[in-house]
Amino acid sequence: MINSLNSIINKYDADPTRLMDILIDVQHKYDCISDEAVTFLADKLNLSEVDIEQTLSFYHFLSKETRGKYTVYLNNSAVAGMFGREAVAKAFEETSGCRFGEVSSDGLIGLFDTSCIGMNDQEPAAIINGTVFTRLTPFRVREIVNGLRKGLDPVDLQDVGLGDGNNNLDIIGAVVNNNIMKIGPVLSRDYKPGEAIRKIIQMSPEEVIREVKHSNIRGRGGAGFPTALKWEFCRNAPGSKRYIFCNADEGEPGTFKDRVILTELPLLLFEGMVVSGYAVGAEEGILYLRYEYKYLQKFLESILKMARRMRYLGKNILGKEGFHFDIRIQFGAGAYVCGEESALIESAEGKRGEPRDRPPFPVEKGYLNQPTVVNNVETLCAAVKVVLKGGEWYRKLGTHDSTGTKLLSVSGDCRFPGVYEVEWGFNVSQILEMVGAEEVQAVQVGGPSGTCVGPEDFNRTLCYTDLATGGSLIIIGKNRDLLRDIVLNFTDFFIEESCGSCTPCRVLTVMMRDKLQKILDGKGCSKDLEDLEDWGKLMRANRCGLGHTAPNPILTSLKNFRHLYEGLIPGKRGFDTGFRMEEALAEGRSLRLEQLKLQDHE
Amino acid sequence: MNELVNFTIDKKECMSTKGKYLVDAAAENGIYIPTLCNITGIQPRGACRLCTVKVNGKLTTACTTPVYNNMEVENESPELQDLRKSIIELMFADGNHYCPYCEKSGDCELQAIAYRYRVTVPRFPYSFPKREIEAGHPLLAKDHNRCILCKRCIKAVKDDDGRSIFAFARRSHKLTISVDTRLSHVMSPEKAAYAAEICPVGAILLKGAAFKKPIGERKYDKKPIGTELEM
Ligand SMILES: Cc1cc2nc3c(=O)[nH]c(=O)nc-3n(C[C@H](O)[C@H](O)[C@H](O)COP(=O)(O)O)c2cc1C
Ligand code: SF4
Ligand code: SF4
Repeated sequence: MINSLNSIINKYDADPTRLMDILIDVQHKYDCISDEAVTFLADKLNLSEVDIEQTLSFYHFLSKETRGKYTVYLNNSAVAGMFGREAVAKAFEETSGCRFGEVSSDGLIGLFDTSCIGMNDQEPAAIINGTVFTRLTPFRVREIVNGLRKGLDPVDLQDVGLGDGNNNLDIIGAVVNNNIMKIGPVLSRDYKPGEAIRKIIQMSPEEVIREVKHSNIRGRGGAGFPTALKWEFCRNAPGSKRYIFCNADEGEPGTFKDRVILTELPLLLFEGMVVSGYAVGAEEGILYLRYEYKYLQKFLESILKMARRMRYLGKNILGKEGFHFDIRIQFGAGAYVCGEESALIESAEGKRGEPRDRPPFPVEKGYLNQPTVVNNVETLCAAVKVVLKGGEWYRKLGTHDSTGTKLLSVSGDCRFPGVYEVEWGFNVSQILEMVGAEEVQAVQVGGPSGTCVGPEDFNRTLCYTDLATGGSLIIIGKNRDLLRDIVLNFTDFFIEESCGSCTPCRVLTVMMRDKLQKILDGKGCSKDLEDLEDWGKLMRANRCGLGHTAPNPILTSLKNFRHLYEGLIPGKRGFDTGFRMEEALAEGRSLRLEQLKLQDHE
Repeated sequence: MNELVNFTIDKKECMSTKGKYLVDAAAENGIYIPTLCNITGIQPRGACRLCTVKVNGKLTTACTTPVYNNMEVENESPELQDLRKSIIELMFADGNHYCPYCEKSGDCELQAIAYRYRVTVPRFPYSFPKREIEAGHPLLAKDHNRCILCKRCIKAVKDDDGRSIFAFARRSHKLTISVDTRLSHVMSPEKAAYAAEICPVGAILLKGAAFKKPIGERKYDKKPIGTELEM
C-alpha cells in the first residue's frame, strides 16, 4: 500500500492544497480511505490526522469504511420519488440482502442514498462504481444485481442501449440521454471551434469586457451577477496571479443542463474559459466538476488534449505572443454546498467545502488568495456567442433587464422532460404548454432553493426581476402529495447538505423539518404554522445562500398552499391539546429497562 | 496608513481606523456587540452568527465586516436583539447544557450572554441529543454535549508545525469537533490550558483543575458580560 500511496502523493507534488485529488485517488484504489492511509497521508503532507479527516468526512463519496466492491448510490431527489424510487430501492435491498446505508455481508454490494445526481429527466437513477444507470425499474435492478453477482462489470450491464448524442461515443458510453428539446443561440449547431478566440486576440482585454458589458449578460448559476463586471473587478484587483473557475458542480436538484453542455459542447465551454481568461488576465482555468459526472472525465480530458493540439490552450494561444492559458479538471466529491463559489474554492484548495465570509469576494481574494472569477458553465458558453455576434445582438434577446436566453432543466410531471433553451420572459403557463404538462398542481421554480408556485402565479415570467431561476423547473401534478413528496424531501436535502457552520442553518433546519413532520402526522396546531414562518426568518442570519434558502420549501409552500397545511390541523386548533401517554413515557421506560439489565449483570 | 473613518452605530457617531473589524471598532467606541466565536487578533470566521448587525440595511456579521467611512450600523434594534436571543436559545436547545454543575459555570460566555439577553425558556424544543465525552486525552477532556461548534479551538490552537489539534468532522447537524489523538498526547500544559480558556463554554476542560475558583469570584459573577465596555 505504501508504494501506491506514495505514487498518488507524488502525482500531486505532495501539495496539501491538492488533498481532494489525493483522497479521491486513494478512495478509488482501495474503496475506502483507511486509518492507516490517513496516518500515512498526514505525515507525508505535514498535516495532522484530524486535518485529513476534516476534509475526508465532509464529502459524501469519500469514506473511511469500505462501501462494498460495488457501491450503489441511488438518487433520493423528489422527482426520483415521483417515478418509482421506492420500489427500486426495495428491489435493491431484496436482491443484495442489505439495507440502504449498509454493505452486504459478502462485501459485494453497498447501498447508499445520494442527493440529486443530475438525471432528473430520467429517474430513478443511480451511480454504480461511476457508471450511471437511468430509468431504473425493479426488473432492471434484479438484472443488474444478478449481473454483478456473476462478476460482470457495471459498464457491461448497460445492455439497455446507450444514450443519444455523444453519450453514444465509446469514450463516454453512458445510458444517459441529453433530451435536448429546444435549441437557441447557446445550444445551436452553428458553433465553429476557435472562432471566438481568433476574434478576441485581435481585441484588447478591455474591449472584450466592454462587448460583454454591452450584452448585459448576467450569471446563469443562480445569483445573476453581471458577468462583465465580475471580470472587470477581477482584472483590476491586485494579485500576482488570476484564476478562472468554471462552476460545474450543478447540485441544485432538478438541474441538469450543464451536464448536457458538458456532453455536447465541451469545446464551447473551454473556449468560454479562454475568453474569460484573456479578458481577466488569467493563465490558469479550473473546471470544478461534480463527482457525479465522473463518467465524462475521459471524454473531457480528450477534448482538452485536442484543444491543446489546436493551440486553443497552452502557450501563445493561436500564435498570440504572451497569451497563455490552460485548464485542468478538479473533481468535487459529493457536496451541494460546494456549488457556492467560495466553498468551491475552499474545496479546490483541499479543504472542507465551507463557504467563506464576504467581503472579501473571490474576485479580490479567491483561489490561493488570488483574484478569481467563478462562472457557471452556461454563462461562459453564452459569453462566447456574445463575443462572436456582438453585445448588441445579444441584448435584443430576452427582456430589458434579463437579456439573452436561458437553458431550462425541466422535469417532473410532464410529457417531454429535458433541456429547453428559451429567451427570458416566458411565463410559467407558456412553458407548461411547451413541455406538455397538464393537471399541474404546482411548479418548483429554481429547484428547492427557489419558489413553489401554484396556478395563481402561472402568469409570472421567468426573469431576474420576477421568478429568477438557475434553470430548474420541477412540475408537480395534481395527484401528488405536495407536502410529503416534495416539501419534506427538499427540507431533508438542505439538512443533509448544510456545511454545518452557522448555528441556524445547522440546527433550525432540523427543527423546522420536525415541526413539518408533526403537522403531517396530524398533530399540528395553528401556532406551528406561525412558528415555521417566524423561524424561517431567522435563517436570513446564515452566512451563505444555502442557509438563506433552506427554509424556502416550507416558506413558499406555506405562502402559496396554506390550505394544505391548514387541512392537516385537526379542528383548526390553536395549541397542542394533548399527548400520548405511551409515547411520552417510552424513553424513560427504555432507560429503566437498560438500568435493570445492567443490575442483572452485576 | 492608519486612516480614520467615521461611522454610526444605532445613530451614535463613532470613529475608528479603516479596515478594523466592526466588533473591535465598536468596542473602541464603548459599544458591545456579542460574539461567541470571535477571538480578537485571529482571522474571523463568522460561525455563531451572534454578532449579526445590519450594515446599510443588510444583515451581516460584525466580526467579519471591516469598517469604512459613512457606514450605518444597526445594532440594538428589537429585531436584532430578538434574532440574537433566538440564536442563543438555539444553542441551548441543540446541546445539553447543564449549567448548575458545569465546571465553566460563572466563567462561561454562553451562560453570561444568555443572562444578558434574559433567556429563560427557549422558544425551540430541546433536542436532548446523545453525545460523547472524550476523556482519553492526557490533559484535556472534550465534552461534545456542551460544544457550540464555534471553531475557536480550531483556529487558535495549532501545534508548532501549524497542524490542527482540533478540527471539524463531518457536516450538517452531524458536525462535531475531533481532537487529534497523536497531537493531544504531546500537547504542552500551557497549550492545553489555553484551549480550555478560549473555549467559550465548558466543552474543553483541563483535567484536575475543575471548580478551582469559588462561586462569587468567577469571571461573570460581579461584572455581567459586555458591561466592561459600557461603563
Ligand atoms: C448552495 C449554493 C449552491 C450553488 N450551486 C451552484 C452550481 O451548482 N452551479 C453554479 O454555477 N452556481 C451555483 N451557485 C452560485 C455560485 O455561488 C455563483 O454565484 C455562480 O457560480 C457564479 O457564476 P455566474 O455568475 O456565472 O452565475 C450556488 C450557490 C449556492 C449558495
Ligand atoms: S449557511 Fe449553512 S451552508 Fe452556508 S455557511 Fe452557513 S452553515 Fe454552511
Ligand atoms: S470545543 Fe469549545 S472552542 Fe471548540 S468549537 Fe466547541 S465550544 Fe468552540
